[in-house]
Amino acid sequence: MVDATPVLEVRDLDVRFGTKRGLAHVVRGVDYDLHAGETLAIVGESGSGKSVSTLALTKLIPIPPGRVNGTARLQGTDLIACSETELLRFRGRHIGFVFQDPMTSLNPVHPIGRQLTEGMRHHLGIDESEARERAVDLLDQVGIPSPASRLDDYPHQFSGGMRQRVVIAIGLSCDPEVLVADEATTALDVTTQAQIVELIAELQERRGMAVIWITHDLGVVAGIADRVLVMYGGQVVESAPADELFAHPRHPYTVGLMRSLPVLGARRDVELAAIPGLPPAPTDLPPGCAFHPRCTYRLDPRCEREPPPLLEVAPGHYVRSFYEVPADEARAASAAARIEVAPPDRRDDPEVGP
Amino acid sequence: MSEPLVQVRDLTVHFPVGGRRDHRVVRAVDGVSFTVARGETLGLVGESGCGKSTTGLALLRLVEPTSGQVHFDGTDVRALRRRELRAWRRRAAMIFQDPYASLDPRSTVGDAVGEALDIHGLHQGRVARRARIGDLLERVGLHPDVAERFPHEFSGGQRQRVGVARALACEPDFIVADEPIAALDVSIQAQVMNLLAELQADLGLTFLFIAHDLAAVQHVSDRIAVMYLGRIVELADRDRLYRDPQHPYTRALLSAIPVPDPTRERARERILLSGDVPSPTDVPSGCRFRTRCPVVVEACGRLDPALQERGDGHEAACLRYGEVGTEVARSSHVDAS
Repeated sequence: MVDATPVLEVRDLDVRFGTKRGLAHVVRGVDYDLHAGETLAIVGESGSGKSVSTLALTKLIPIPPGRVNGTARLQGTDLIACSETELLRFRGRHIGFVFQDPMTSLNPVHPIGRQLTEGMRHHLGIDESEARERAVDLLDQVGIPSPASRLDDYPHQFSGGMRQRVVIAIGLSCDPEVLVADEATTALDVTTQAQIVELIAELQERRGMAVIWITHDLGVVAGIADRVLVMYGGQVVESAPADELFAHPRHPYTVGLMRSLPVLGARRDVELAAIPGLPPAPTDLPPGCAFHPRCTYRLDPRCEREPPPLLEVAPGHYVRSFYEVPADEARAASAAARIEVAPPDRRDDPEVGP
Repeated sequence: MSEPLVQVRDLTVHFPVGGRRDHRVVRAVDGVSFTVARGETLGLVGESGCGKSTTGLALLRLVEPTSGQVHFDGTDVRALRRRELRAWRRRAAMIFQDPYASLDPRSTVGDAVGEALDIHGLHQGRVARRARIGDLLERVGLHPDVAERFPHEFSGGQRQRVGVARALACEPDFIVADEPIAALDVSIQAQVMNLLAELQADLGLTFLFIAHDLAAVQHVSDRIAVMYLGRIVELADRDRLYRDPQHPYTRALLSAIPVPDPTRERARERILLSGDVPSPTDVPSGCRFRTRCPVVVEACGRLDPALQERGDGHEAACLRYGEVGTEVARSSHVDAS
């Protein structure tokens, strides 16, 4: 069981940007709790608000034109109410970040050692030599061979996977309570992705830290998440424990997303059920349910007029829709139901005993 | 069975690294052989830098192969002269990854599609040209009126539809699709994959589908070739490759792909490969996968295994082909965990 008091408590988070095309309402009232040791996955497509909702926690977005409202309590302090100077104590110290592209999140003109020690010297008040010692230890923990000799190397001297390990080491350097991994493996090849996913899970277990994993990849989510938030048009449209969400997704968008995914080992004759149309622009959100123009159900007359509320439909399972996809249909959309043959590494082979 | 539409033998593409004195080469494609039957989709998968895109470009001579043979419906593609090559290209088209970069921002969508018609003289007059462009746009699910619009007015998925319409303009027999869905959102990827499947069924097209996403490749392909460091290491029927992978790299790749099902994800054992892909300027001796291979033996450093077939159409380039699927693979799981 997880600790009863959440490390991070987000309520009514709202982010808007003033743009030339009018007001972009990018995040529209997001709530969640994050507990120590827990992995929360935020899933959505581009423009769904998944990244901005997390960046906004420590105001890592340009303000103005951005505007952030709501509360985000980290250990009792509301980050949204903090001034820029106060936030400096939190960024990197209590919330660490790992971004998508290690080529852009590392500074190409500084050796990685300097980038690793910077945060520790600032937040932990330790001197250069102690920080370097810790840096070596961190690089070792993230699996970089002969770490002591790599501290003075520059980012371009590392491969993509190794660079992302350096970024993770930086994210972990001040031992944060929360680590945000924003599409942290999207730029990597699958075999490297597997290494990084495994690494973060292992470090998380060792440190008891909470992880917010932002991704568009439902496969990665299935492997790591305790709880999943599905975002669409700036809102959480469905939120549930991972097992429950994959076994019985209820929102038409979540079901649509699962149906449109090609699944390794799935039967070929089944056509992918694509979601028609396009996600809405945050400057031009449709009235009623944000998903209704693309929804293949749209069975309730309120869909086009009234924004549906987020309701708890089963313990811990929240859905923002007037229509719930029936269990049998939802199950047919799941990967488990579409896979025809057992995956190769779980084949039962009675002839060859262990 | 009739002769395959595309036959590739020992294709190599080497790029010089730099200066005149520098004799090193990037061995992007280093001896690749395969065939594509008429109406078939051959999937080509591999990780970044494995040479899959260069293979596709070299097939159409969009980069010149260094050596090897490419035969297309009886034509020796490498022997074609300039004008012959241009005429031949009517029959073989390409769809690119990035619909943002592959369309000229200053030309209308109609002109982007119509350019191919102009080059090959495939229309009689402006009215016929416009009608043909309208048909092509409709074919890919766009309204004919959008011909007057510019690429920036379209979403990524719509732009990729324009890319497909452009590829179809000359009524090709064969299309090389290089990562056609990688830049698109999940819900849009399925739209494009379904479109390609529909076009194949209606027009009898033959595809080389190049992608890093094995789940997508498996969805669209009849057979799949797996590339590693400039070589095909395994080639098999889509189901067989998944059910009974023979090359240790294929096994690692399959085990690394996350499946959206928590029960499966928890139960599975990943084969984590150590280290990184070696540089294509400095390919290891012997088997090029040996530096990361969980089942490497001493002989792998000396012998460079060629693709071998065991009579069932399943080819693999591994000295331990045949062993690997069974007890060797088991021991590799133990090593890896």
